[in-house]
Amino acid sequence: MLLEVKDLHAGIDGKEILKGLNLQVRKGEVHAIMGPNGSGKSTLSKVLAGHPSYEVISGTVTYDGKNLLELEPDERARDGVFMAFQYPVEVPGVSNSQFLRLAYNEKAKHNGGEELDPLEFNDLLKEKAKIVEMDPQFFKRSVNEGFSGGEKKRNEILQMAVLEPKLAILDETDSGLDIDALRIVAEGVNKLRTKDNAIILVTHYQRLLNYIVPDFVHVLAGGKVVKEGGKELALELEEKGYDWVKAAAK
Amino acid sequence: MTSVAIKDTYFSNAFRDRFATANDALGKLRQEAFEWFTQTGFPTVTLEDWKYTNVMPIANVDWRVADHPSDDVSEALGQVREFNFTRNGFTALNQAFAAYRVIRIPKETAGDEPIVLEFAAAAGEAIFPHTIVVAEAGSRATFVEIFASEEAGLTNSATQIFVEDNANLTHFRVQKDADDAFNYGVTEASVGRAACYDATSINLGGTISRHDIEVDFTAEGGEASVDGLYMLNASQHHDTHSIIDHRVPNCTSHQSYKGVLNDTSRGVFNGKVFVREGAHGTDAIQSNKNLLLSNEARVDTKPQLEIFNEDVKCAHGATVGQLEEEELFYLLTRGLPDALARNLLTYGFAEEIINKITIGSIKTELDAAVLNRLNAEI
Repeated sequence: MLLEVKDLHAGIDGKEILKGLNLQVRKGEVHAIMGPNGSGKSTLSKVLAGHPSYEVISGTVTYDGKNLLELEPDERARDGVFMAFQYPVEVPGVSNSQFLRLAYNEKAKHNGGEELDPLEFNDLLKEKAKIVEMDPQFFKRSVNEGFSGGEKKRNEILQMAVLEPKLAILDETDSGLDIDALRIVAEGVNKLRTKDNAIILVTHYQRLLNYIVPDFVHVLAGGKVVKEGGKELALELEEKGYDWVKAAAK
Repeated sequence: MTSVAIKDTYFSNAFRDRFATANDALGKLRQEAFEWFTQTGFPTVTLEDWKYTNVMPIANVDWRVADHPSDDVSEALGQVREFNFTRNGFTALNQAFAAYRVIRIPKETAGDEPIVLEFAAAAGEAIFPHTIVVAEAGSRATFVEIFASEEAGLTNSATQIFVEDNANLTHFRVQKDADDAFNYGVTEASVGRAACYDATSINLGGTISRHDIEVDFTAEGGEASVDGLYMLNASQHHDTHSIIDHRVPNCTSHQSYKGVLNDTSRGVFNGKVFVREGAHGTDAIQSNKNLLLSNEARVDTKPQLEIFNEDVKCAHGATVGQLEEEELFYLLTRGLPDALARNLLTYGFAEEIINKITIGSIKTELDAAVLNRLNAEI
């Protein structure tokens, strides 16, 4: 078991949003977390990544045999947890390649791997950029600054490609993407899918799942998983909307 | 005007020995300026423009006036006369003791190599560089001033910039004096018709430093970028006072100043943008962002926009704060340890200005200086 979430209660600003969530993810699996707005999808992503504003009230999260909740966000990342942001943050003045090399080397240091100098890293980055069809001119530009919505999301997947996480959480990666960008991002993710890693796709819409086919679909409502199934569940949601699951949650 | 009493023993002796009896036009200008200084003295904190910057530690030192050679300015007397030496006691002293350098970029030429001047004052020594740069019509050049005192000296500099019609001048001013040195400098720039002046001022050194910069548009269609960074630690004090004067229509000015303040350092930014009556079609943007890395650091910022006209596009703003939590979280989720993430964000904040420096060797050195300030390896 790579990730096991048990009876998780968590929230923000004193408001409980997750109300007893359970989730099990094994290596090699792709899980889709779906649900209407306010169901707790984003809260789950943020809690798993360790956002300081979110508070865990009770429950446990075990990742790779460790208590994930005890780890700082950067420790989680070096241990192989990655979250692709719904709204990737701009970091003016810091180039993409500089930033990614630092992240790569911190992880390498932690895992006993080899640190790369700027030239070596640039070669690696060029290879990885092909996965998301990214022009090397983006390496020199400040992280996400002036990037279009689609470029930002591709940059997130590029980071995932460089950091090779064991558990990748893609938080609404499809939001704001046109169909071409969606295809590129999804194909990138598919190329990164291996039997040794797991991917959690957090999404409101079924659209992304046409491209990245999940093994399991979990439907959230009211801070809990209210329905689970295979990929066909996503299609059912697309057809019927979320009202019936919301009703089921009550 | 309130002033500090000037001890009769210094400056006056040096002036008496060197310039008191000169009869030529320049000598007369020097005498006039010194007379003004004698009456006015150094500025004090009772003056609005100096209320945050106490220069008593400079006024109290018995400085040895450097005797540096001066260019012949007979061809540039018109420009020398335009210098506003009554701005304050420093500018008057500069005019009195000025070691002139005159740089002309001939009409319709493009200088391939940047023109670089470097200045340093020795311990106990006061230097008075006064540089006049005339970018003649249609010319293009890059002019660099580096202030790099290695000891506790006083640099009191003046730089007059004339960007004539259709000329394009890029001006980098780097102040990286030793942390026990003093630095006052004024930049006066006039921007002609459809001319372009791009100034970047990097302030890293000195115990007390101040830079006054004034940019005047003299004809339509001028453009100016007036950007800067002050990055301070320990008990350093830096003050930038800026005036951008839109007297004529259809000119554009963009100003971005950033401050990074650590320990007990103190920063001051005062930026006035005037849009005079009749200066329609003005486009002016001004911003001053400050990052406080310590609870004891302090900055006083006052962006001021004074518009006496309609049909203009103007915006200004100032921020003082800590690193953005969301930016920090983003870096942490990529595995950067907290201290490195903070340093990287701070570095990026400063680099936004330093990235304007297009001369590789200088930029590399500044990158290193910023990292050194942060005690970081990136």
